[in-house]
Amino acid sequence: MTFRGDRDDVRVLEDLDLDVHEGEFVCILGPSGCGKSTLLNIVAGFLPPTAGTVRIDGEDVRGPDPRRIFVFQERGVFPWLTVEGNIGFGLGRLSRQARERRIAHYVQLVGLNGFEMAYPHELSGGMKQRVEVARALAVDPDMLYLDEPFGALDSITRLVMRGELLRIWQAEKKTILFVTHDIEESVQLADRVVILSARPARIRRIVGIDLPHPRDLSSRRYLELRDGIFEEIGLAHRI
Amino acid sequence: MTRPGRRLETILLPLAAAAALVAIWDLAVRWTGTNIFPSPDAVARGLAELARKGLLLRYSRDSLLRVAAGYGIAVAVGIPLGIFLGWKPAAARAANPVIQLLRPISPLAWIPVAIVLFGVSDIAAIFLIFLASLFPILVAAMNGVRGVPAMYRDAALNFGLSRGALLSRVIFPAALPEILTGLRIALGIAWIVVVAAEMIAVNSGLGYLVIDSRNAGKRYDLVVAAMLLIGIIGLVLNLLVSRVARLRAVRWGFRQEEA
Repeated sequence: MTFRGDRDDVRVLEDLDLDVHEGEFVCILGPSGCGKSTLLNIVAGFLPPTAGTVRIDGEDVRGPDPRRIFVFQERGVFPWLTVEGNIGFGLGRLSRQARERRIAHYVQLVGLNGFEMAYPHELSGGMKQRVEVARALAVDPDMLYLDEPFGALDSITRLVMRGELLRIWQAEKKTILFVTHDIEESVQLADRVVILSARPARIRRIVGIDLPHPRDLSSRRYLELRDGIFEEIGLAHRI
Repeated sequence: MTRPGRRLETILLPLAAAAALVAIWDLAVRWTGTNIFPSPDAVARGLAELARKGLLLRYSRDSLLRVAAGYGIAVAVGIPLGIFLGWKPAAARAANPVIQLLRPISPLAWIPVAIVLFGVSDIAAIFLIFLASLFPILVAAMNGVRGVPAMYRDAALNFGLSRGALLSRVIFPAALPEILTGLRIALGIAWIVVVAAEMIAVNSGLGYLVIDSRNAGKRYDLVVAAMLLIGIIGLVLNLLVSRVARLRAVRWGFRQEEA
């Protein structure tokens, strides 16, 4: 993938080859500006690659598709719609009854009962993020693409949201591609962590996380895996 | 803040300020012993006289109808055109120089042109109000659509929306707060311009009342009475439009009104 600039073309991604299995939770980990968001935007069909293809179930990706929903940071919720309106946004083709049932189910799933008629500006950052995840799940996609979804949240809310996402992932059985620059986050969530290098991004290593859920964040294996990634990226875990 | 404190600030203080202003006005008239400038008392009697003759309602209505017509046409033209220009960057680039050239021309400079085109008539006045309201609305709609974050478009496209649905379900509501601000500014300008237009182009309305009272017998009590009416109606119009900004579906766009 190359970005064409006015003077220089910037090579963002190079020789990336990655297979993701159905139902898998994959974290793409890399430093800020390495091109991991670009990668996710290409996979989602928002950006056409300058070279190479994205293929899902044997089909080339040519643009965004409701079977695979992109979750932005919480700023992606529509501020002019209520929680209900947002969650029902992609459900235009359903009958009124089916739509209401679907909305009620996902309001329940993300724990927003009682806030159905609230507007996003009346909600906290964590609640807005729940709305966006519910809006994505409501159309019953095969895959979710999450681009640093918890990056703007405070650290306590972030931990809670990770737990919630894992619970939802296990309940709904979606394939998840999750972009983050947070090493701990990737080890807590993923089946596999794909470590990218600085720009132009290549895959440095893919680390399988062989820990059962719920994960014990003080277990020896967790710390081993985490420290291994720290070392791979070239960071001493001492400040 | 406690409720009584709030009441004091929002109702009693403005009333006190207005009363003080009227008192200073009254004192100034007495002190200088002027025969030309009317006292508050004379203005109140002037207003009563206008009401008795039926002119108060008739002229207010005439002015409001002209504004409704000119402003209404500007809304009907300006919002769709502005959305179109905001949506199509190429069209906006083509039209922008013309818009930027016409926009700073005071609507008053158009008065001779309006009279040549439409004669001394209602239509001339309505044309002036239309011109004056059009640009704020057009530019607000254009900028509003241009400023819609790409994230909203991407999110909407991801859900498989058609172009039409994207426009009506995402672009329009996302641009609405800015459009409403344009509508509010335009209405204020329209109300200013109707007075000027009525001084020259027609024989009724509050602007005509101002100029006619002065020309026919130097009735400055009626001049000031008409000015007061213009101010009060303008205030009410602005209050009505700002109500719209409090609707829950657009309140997000008005930061100063967030608690």
